[in-house]
Amino acid sequence: MKAHNIAFWAIFAGVVALLAFMGDSYWLRIGTTVALYAALASSWNIIGGFTGYPSFATAAFFGLGAYASAIAQLHGVPMPLAWVLAAASGGLLALLLGFGLLRLRGHYFAVASLVVAEVFRELIIAGGDLTGGGMGLNLALLPIPPLAQARLFLLAFSALAALAALLSFWIVGARFGVALRCIEQNENAAAMVGVAATRYKTFALMLSAVFASAGGAVYANWLNYIDPSDVFNVLMSVKPIVMALIGGVGTVIGPFAGAVALAAVEELVTKGALDLNGAFLGLAIVLLVLFMPGGVMGFLSPARRMRKASE
Amino acid sequence: MLLQVLLNGLLLGGIYACIGAGFSLVWGVVNIINILHGSFIVLGGYGAFYAFQYWGVHPFVAVLPLGVLGYAGGYLLQQHVIRHVMAAKVLVTLTLTFGLNLLLNNLMTVGFSADFRKVVLPSQDPIAWGALTLPADRVMSMAAAVAVVILTHALMTRTMLGRSIVAVRMDSQAAQLMGVDVQRTFAATFGLGTALALVAGAILSPIFPISPVAAEGYLAKAFIVCVLGGLGSLPGVLAGGVLLGVVESLGSYFVGSSHALTLSYVLLLAFLLLRPQGLMGKKGFE
Repeated sequence: MKAHNIAFWAIFAGVVALLAFMGDSYWLRIGTTVALYAALASSWNIIGGFTGYPSFATAAFFGLGAYASAIAQLHGVPMPLAWVLAAASGGLLALLLGFGLLRLRGHYFAVASLVVAEVFRELIIAGGDLTGGGMGLNLALLPIPPLAQARLFLLAFSALAALAALLSFWIVGARFGVALRCIEQNENAAAMVGVAATRYKTFALMLSAVFASAGGAVYANWLNYIDPSDVFNVLMSVKPIVMALIGGVGTVIGPFAGAVALAAVEELVTKGALDLNGAFLGLAIVLLVLFMPGGVMGFLSPARRMRKASE
Repeated sequence: MLLQVLLNGLLLGGIYACIGAGFSLVWGVVNIINILHGSFIVLGGYGAFYAFQYWGVHPFVAVLPLGVLGYAGGYLLQQHVIRHVMAAKVLVTLTLTFGLNLLLNNLMTVGFSADFRKVVLPSQDPIAWGALTLPADRVMSMAAAVAVVILTHALMTRTMLGRSIVAVRMDSQAAQLMGVDVQRTFAATFGLGTALALVAGAILSPIFPISPVAAEGYLAKAFIVCVLGGLGSLPGVLAGGVLLGVVESLGSYFVGSSHALTLSYVLLLAFLLLRPQGLMGKKGFE
């Protein structure tokens, strides 16, 4: 294990422990948001970063996970099992979508993946009593005090983020990761030399979807309430991309750095100027894309920066 | 009754074509998905609304100054901001226009408020023709919308600027070798796309409510029209617009208007998967 990987885990475990033992409800909320963001950004990074497919489907998987988890629990399935079911349903959806969507490239893939969430939102709204329609669904409150609940969700999202990081570290070193990078660089050439591109990229989309859906599943319990326009919001698809861009696309630690940065910006903006919220976020995105295209991680490593510049 | 539904679909289709025209040009030629497009249409609507409110200018007249302003604004935006990421991947350009859109849309919400506004013209009797009736204001807007698309097509086929845009679209390297200034042409195309968006907003202002909230819907329509018709082709935009209008109209009639939107998204996905080059497009654009 390299030194900066050890540093990453030390900081991660330290911050989570500090928040879990010492944090008040305000800091627990921020920590939980960061953990959720990090899980989503890492999840997106598997398909969008390593594999190079510009996916805007995070909201679709996130929303599906939230609804699968909520509906299962309303029908008597215990919470942890509902989370697992929701994650599995996301993986299954990705497998089915993969056959169609992953044949598209570039802008066409981006648009098609974006539309999936819209279709789901409309279907959920039309879903009647099962989905609660446009009114959304309420979940039962957990029978534990609020602070314990806040700690539980911090730990749940942190565990999800840690799993995503473990998986990403494994991908970077594994044969699977090499195959994904080949696809990212030049898919036709990769297929030519015998990389089973379709199988690998479908698997990458499935892994990504499992984490996004699990995030949605836990989110449903965290808020106790979900509605279609919230969980299928296009921002749910865009924020993970922004975080990965901030931190460095295709790196393992980048999405985590991006999650901290985005959550911090959002928190400051919400406190300062609520009605200019979107304007500041938009401005931040524009400046980021124009002046820091390699992200923080790209910024820190000069070799990578030069390689990017020559591309 | 079915004929009436079809006719409504055609009317809607002409309007959709105008919504998609600028978006299709920018996507097809500059290879950028301009998320700003919906907000530009709304901005054009506000331009027409205030011109009518303060100076009594008819929206169809406001089209001219709005088009000029849009061209200048789009040209500058491409030349000074978007140009810097032209070489980057899809993701980066898409994220940039998303950020710009968040900024513009939020500023419009703060500046103009999210309340719905509308240009209220003196009402006209519906046009009746046997058992068929058509609302006059929609017919007017549709006629203006189709005229704009046809004029743009003439611009593309008859003028030096148009020819250079078409040349860059076909093969930007070859166009450069033939002496076309590619960067300038990209800027001009983005300017034209922005102008078309503002013009569409003005034309729609008498029939659709104006609000920053409406931007997302316009963007979705532009996407669908573009994918159905094929990128960067104006006849394709007309065909895509009409197809979408008719499908939505038939959909609302047979399965109810709440499912019409889902239907149009399903149509979009089907086209993306089965015929990504659209009705009239050529293969090979990514």
